[in-house]
Amino acid sequence: MAGPDHEPGEGEPEPTPLLELRGVTKVYGEGEAAVHALRGINLRIRRGEFVAILGTSGCGKSTAMNILGALDMPTKGHFLLEGIAVEELHADVLASLRNRRFGFIFQGFNLLRRTAAIDNVELPMIYAGVPRQERVERAAAALAMVGLSGREHARPNELSGGQQQRVAIARALVTRPEVILADEPTGNLDSKTSAEIMDLLYGLNHDSGQTIIMVTHDAEIADYAARHVVFRDGQVIADGPHTRGEAAP
Amino acid sequence: MKTRDTLVLALTALWRNKMRSLLTTLGVVIGVAAVIMMQALGMGATELVTGEIASMGSNLLVISPGGGGNHAFGGSLLSAPLFEEADLEAIRDECDAVRFVAAANSRSVNAVYGDQSRSVSLQGVTPDWFEIRDWGVATGRPLDVEDDQQGSKRCLIGETVRRDFFEDQDPLGADIRVHDLGCEVVGVLEERGTSTFGTDQDDIILMPLTTFGRRITGSESLGTMMVSATSEDRITEAKEQIEELLRQRRRIHEGEDDDFSVRDLREIQELMGTVTGVLTTLLASVAAISLLVGGIGIMNIMLVSVTERTREIGIRLAIGARAGDILQQFLLEAMTLAAVGGVIGILIGLGGAYGLARAFGMPMHIPVTGTIVAFGFAVGVGVLFGVFPARKAARLRPIEALRFE
Repeated sequence: MAGPDHEPGEGEPEPTPLLELRGVTKVYGEGEAAVHALRGINLRIRRGEFVAILGTSGCGKSTAMNILGALDMPTKGHFLLEGIAVEELHADVLASLRNRRFGFIFQGFNLLRRTAAIDNVELPMIYAGVPRQERVERAAAALAMVGLSGREHARPNELSGGQQQRVAIARALVTRPEVILADEPTGNLDSKTSAEIMDLLYGLNHDSGQTIIMVTHDAEIADYAARHVVFRDGQVIADGPHTRGEAAP
Repeated sequence: MKTRDTLVLALTALWRNKMRSLLTTLGVVIGVAAVIMMQALGMGATELVTGEIASMGSNLLVISPGGGGNHAFGGSLLSAPLFEEADLEAIRDECDAVRFVAAANSRSVNAVYGDQSRSVSLQGVTPDWFEIRDWGVATGRPLDVEDDQQGSKRCLIGETVRRDFFEDQDPLGADIRVHDLGCEVVGVLEERGTSTFGTDQDDIILMPLTTFGRRITGSESLGTMMVSATSEDRITEAKEQIEELLRQRRRIHEGEDDDFSVRDLREIQELMGTVTGVLTTLLASVAAISLLVGGIGIMNIMLVSVTERTREIGIRLAIGARAGDILQQFLLEAMTLAAVGGVIGILIGLGGAYGLARAFGMPMHIPVTGTIVAFGFAVGVGVLFGVFPARKAARLRPIEALRFE
């Protein structure tokens, strides 16, 4: 069920995709205990897409996401960023990629404890070497964008789950990354808050053309995405466009 | 990223665990404080000792049996023959650069007056002893040549002995029994107070050396002789004269080493300085070991901290920290702990040194070099023992660190 815009005809010139997984295999462990998390994945993601990676627990979707975010490396195959093989890059270049080109949103928020919201948002800019004054301004602007003006100095334990995830989104956005990678972003939130977070992400993609890749097992959440990629047992079993309101594949 | 920003991150992380950070520095605090206190004590003691030697008079020469050379305590000390009273007289008669010659032997004995009894330091001295030690008599008279020649049963007592035995009574003419020998008290020495080594210098009884030799020890050999040169610029001359004379008298052939030594005050000061210096170094080294132990304490806590903060490290790596940034942060944390411990240790060490100096009545010394070295050593220890945990943190793989529960 691959759509025509994803599988170009032979010889047809196709612009280099932003991200591409080419024959990616991921094996954890060795010998008989080896777990094959991914078994030869091919996936291309273009700029401006909002992709939901769906599948049941243990299907390999999170592993694929970690590889797409340069947090993990394929055992075999290639991960290409604008045509460049990422697995061949130096660790410091990978760090710089994670810092400038990817923004992560996690299920468990992953904010630094006992650290004010604004300091959490500033952190990626510290590693990017942004001067302090600019850091503060941009962090405050990012927090304002996710609707947290006035809570800049609240610590994570003083914020609700939804607010914490907003801080995490502000932190992901503040370096103006090309790709937002969200791993079950609403997994720890109630349905009302989930909807608010998803509206925020949807708006980012729809209004600003922000590329978003989101892993979820929840069809309701996946409904916000414009493309659904379905994983099962380490393989892609479905990949196609999705229109909001239609039943998930 | 800038080092200053990393430093802020490191300080923030330490501040979040104020109590633990403070306790972690404790080992370094104690180590640095101990090093500084030992150094200050050693320097104070050295100054006190050399000062006391200087106060004995600048023209003083000390002649002792046993090898010369530069050895602090020559190996031949035990085998070398002691001096005779004739040596003393020969020096007095033949060395014209010498003004006074005295000898003193001492022994701890029991002294009895009335129904009171006490242990006291008994010294047998020759008449010039008073001149050479520059120690006058408060009441009565010193021992003279006549006492020395006759081996008279007369004695002088120190202030402490007087206070104990006589209180308000007049001690002159009283009879005290010293080591079962009845002696007449002919004088009381001026009060001297406590010496560097904490002994009461006034807890003393003096008697003629001849009496001391015949009645107390049964030997008329002399241990140490003290000589004062006629003037300061004749010290070297006096020394040479004495050496030549004694070599003759002790039949030491040309080319053979002396079995005695003649030291002037400067040499004695240097000798004492060497001894106290060695002691100071020894004490400071022991203290430095506690500094090392303090460093190991920092390493342990940093290792615990790395494990505990694995997830935090994962988050940092995920948002773009390089391995080097993580390494730098943890190294700076360890160094900060060590440096803060060093500063607290310096304050406590100087305070303690001041207290000890007052307690022992010694001059207060701020060991500037010692303080700088101790602080540098503390920070060095922080780096040394911080590297291992910091490397452990920097080597974490982002995805594994993030999954760590």
